[in-house]
Amino acid sequence: MTAAGLQATPGEHSARGGPAPGTPALELRDVRKSFGKTEIIRGASLAVQPGERVAIIGPNGAGKSTLFNLISGRFHSTSGDILLNGRKIDGLRPYQINRLGLARSFQVSNLFTRLSAFENIRCAVLWSLGYRYAFWRFLADLRDANDRTDEVLEMIKLDRRRDVLAMNLTYAEQRALEIGITIAGGSPVILLDEPTAGMSKSETRRFVGLIRDVTAGKTLLTVEHDMGVVFGLADKIAVLVYGQVIAFDTPDAVRANPSVQEAYLGSLLADAQVADAGH
Amino acid sequence: MAAAPRAGSKAYHFKPYNVGRWFVWGLFALVLLLAPRLWTSSFAHTMLSQMGIAIIVCLAYNVLLGQGGMLSFGHAVYSGLGSFLAIHTLNLISAGKLALPVSLVPLAGGLAGLLFAALLGYVSTKKAGTTFAMITLGIGELVWSMSLMLPEFFGGEGGITGNRVVGAPVLGITFGPQVQVYYLIAAYCFVSTAALFALTRTPLGRMLNAVRDNPERVEFIGYSTQQVRYLAFMVSGFFAGIGGGLAALNFEIVTAEVVGAARSGAYLLFVFLGGATFFIGPIIGAVLMVIALVLLSELTQAWLLYLGLVFLFMVMYAPGGIASLIMMNLRLAAFGKLGRLWTGYLALAGTAFAILAGAGAMLEMIYHLQLNAALGPGMKFMGATLDTTSADSWFGAAFVLATGVVLFELARREFVRQWGTIQEEIEKEIKRREAL
Repeated sequence: MTAAGLQATPGEHSARGGPAPGTPALELRDVRKSFGKTEIIRGASLAVQPGERVAIIGPNGAGKSTLFNLISGRFHSTSGDILLNGRKIDGLRPYQINRLGLARSFQVSNLFTRLSAFENIRCAVLWSLGYRYAFWRFLADLRDANDRTDEVLEMIKLDRRRDVLAMNLTYAEQRALEIGITIAGGSPVILLDEPTAGMSKSETRRFVGLIRDVTAGKTLLTVEHDMGVVFGLADKIAVLVYGQVIAFDTPDAVRANPSVQEAYLGSLLADAQVADAGH
Repeated sequence: MAAAPRAGSKAYHFKPYNVGRWFVWGLFALVLLLAPRLWTSSFAHTMLSQMGIAIIVCLAYNVLLGQGGMLSFGHAVYSGLGSFLAIHTLNLISAGKLALPVSLVPLAGGLAGLLFAALLGYVSTKKAGTTFAMITLGIGELVWSMSLMLPEFFGGEGGITGNRVVGAPVLGITFGPQVQVYYLIAAYCFVSTAALFALTRTPLGRMLNAVRDNPERVEFIGYSTQQVRYLAFMVSGFFAGIGGGLAALNFEIVTAEVVGAARSGAYLLFVFLGGATFFIGPIIGAVLMVIALVLLSELTQAWLLYLGLVFLFMVMYAPGGIASLIMMNLRLAAFGKLGRLWTGYLALAGTAFAILAGAGAMLEMIYHLQLNAALGPGMKFMGATLDTTSADSWFGAAFVLATGVVLFELARREFVRQWGTIQEEIEKEIKRREAL
């Protein structure tokens, strides 16, 4: 694959030649997706610049998760273009998109349940270091992969739980491992689907800090319901309503946007302001 | 080789020179070497040879089942075609058309297995789960039907025969005596086992586990699940073919049944019985397979029924197979708590024996009445003579069975209670150690 070279060292994608300056890290152009007769995504357009941190919000059923599934290659769009660093990625398989430098997490933890936390992360590191399908090298001898794995485990604070099977970790630890697998390969574009889903308030607060640390310097897209998390993580908000991006701006501008308020946000943001005031 | 820990970071948990591992592999080699000295009859040598072959094929199968989560119903296709290609190679050598030492003939089987796995696996590994299983079943049937259509290659009813004593002896080894064939098989067995164990420690081997656990996520960390499955399938086919090639040398005859569904089913059944989740499981399964197929079938006509029952209970109560039972007890032993269970085990064994005796007597009497009625009503069972026409025998057997069942259940409940207590203690112990 031509993409293999791009991932030679984690975190160096953007440094290597690549797209012309000013090219969005991720761009959607009039993307549409129908399931049967129902159109879920109806012409969504969005351009995320490298290093931007975007939260996608919207009412239930707006198509947020579907949008992530389209970007990451889990589903294929019906029409429209999806570009990663100026390169068209719609129609590619998830692993091809991942090799081009995009990684995602899942709303429901999607782990290798019968492998240890360490092995989970190491699996996610292997391709990015170019080990591919090697069956002539021992994992134990792969210094760089093992070092990187330990580093990631430390970042997600699971270093003391490295040998515990993923299925025996606590819920919060599984969520952390989910993020760890996502960032381990060093992809510069990260998609997080409701990273704090199901966590308690205090866990969420700690977790937001963790996510901010591990995604530092990367282009980040998150789907989130919790407005506290949104403001904690994002410098821009995209509002998705009925399969369309109706606003994409800074939190304050989005708050003030009348069409957003009309669509649904008023109540939610009011809640959030109350919550903010409470801090 | 030696991975020095990074400065300022804790040492890795793996050890380049693992004493325990050397010991286990040394022991394995020693067992392979000494087994024919301990059991010296030619019958024993035949069985040991078959065990060696079965170990390779079952380990190869477990690359799919245990490590890759691929339920194949057609593993015998690759071992069987390996057998056929090997016997044809042997016959080419006999005819003087090919100069190849007989000891390398199994490799021809391996290459055949690899080739057919590359060809047929390309189709089956496109899918996973149930679809994969169905495709392997279909391919198995396809190859089986080919065996009837192509008698030149498969030898029809009589099969293909060969003669392994060809060419000049190398170092005085002619492969005439069974024990020489055994040592060839043992050598291949050791190397194959080591290679397949090594595979589990490589990037491909680990990604295969990942594909087993969660194929979807694998696609999002850069790997093509299809490619991982395909490569694993070829590895499995290669080693199955080597096993098949050794079987051709061992028996000097190959018939179409070696590619049949019954053979594929046996590999699946015994790998599961041995324990697919542990590397050692298929080895246990392979040994059991040969014992069951050769010894048990000699012992009783109802052996398939017993086997079916054992399989049934295993699936229901110990889905991790015998290996998992051993590992669970080793864990207890490691915490020094196994000794407390010996009375429990004794009670379980005693009552289980009563069930076996009662149920066995009744089953054997049924079989006797159905199949051997002409020999008269009397039959031997566990050293006692039973009269299959008298009510006493039936009542006696039923009484033993019923008593056994009741006592077993009581013993089981007590055992489960004890087991639970010990597990709790171990959990506490682990927590305590972690806190230190």
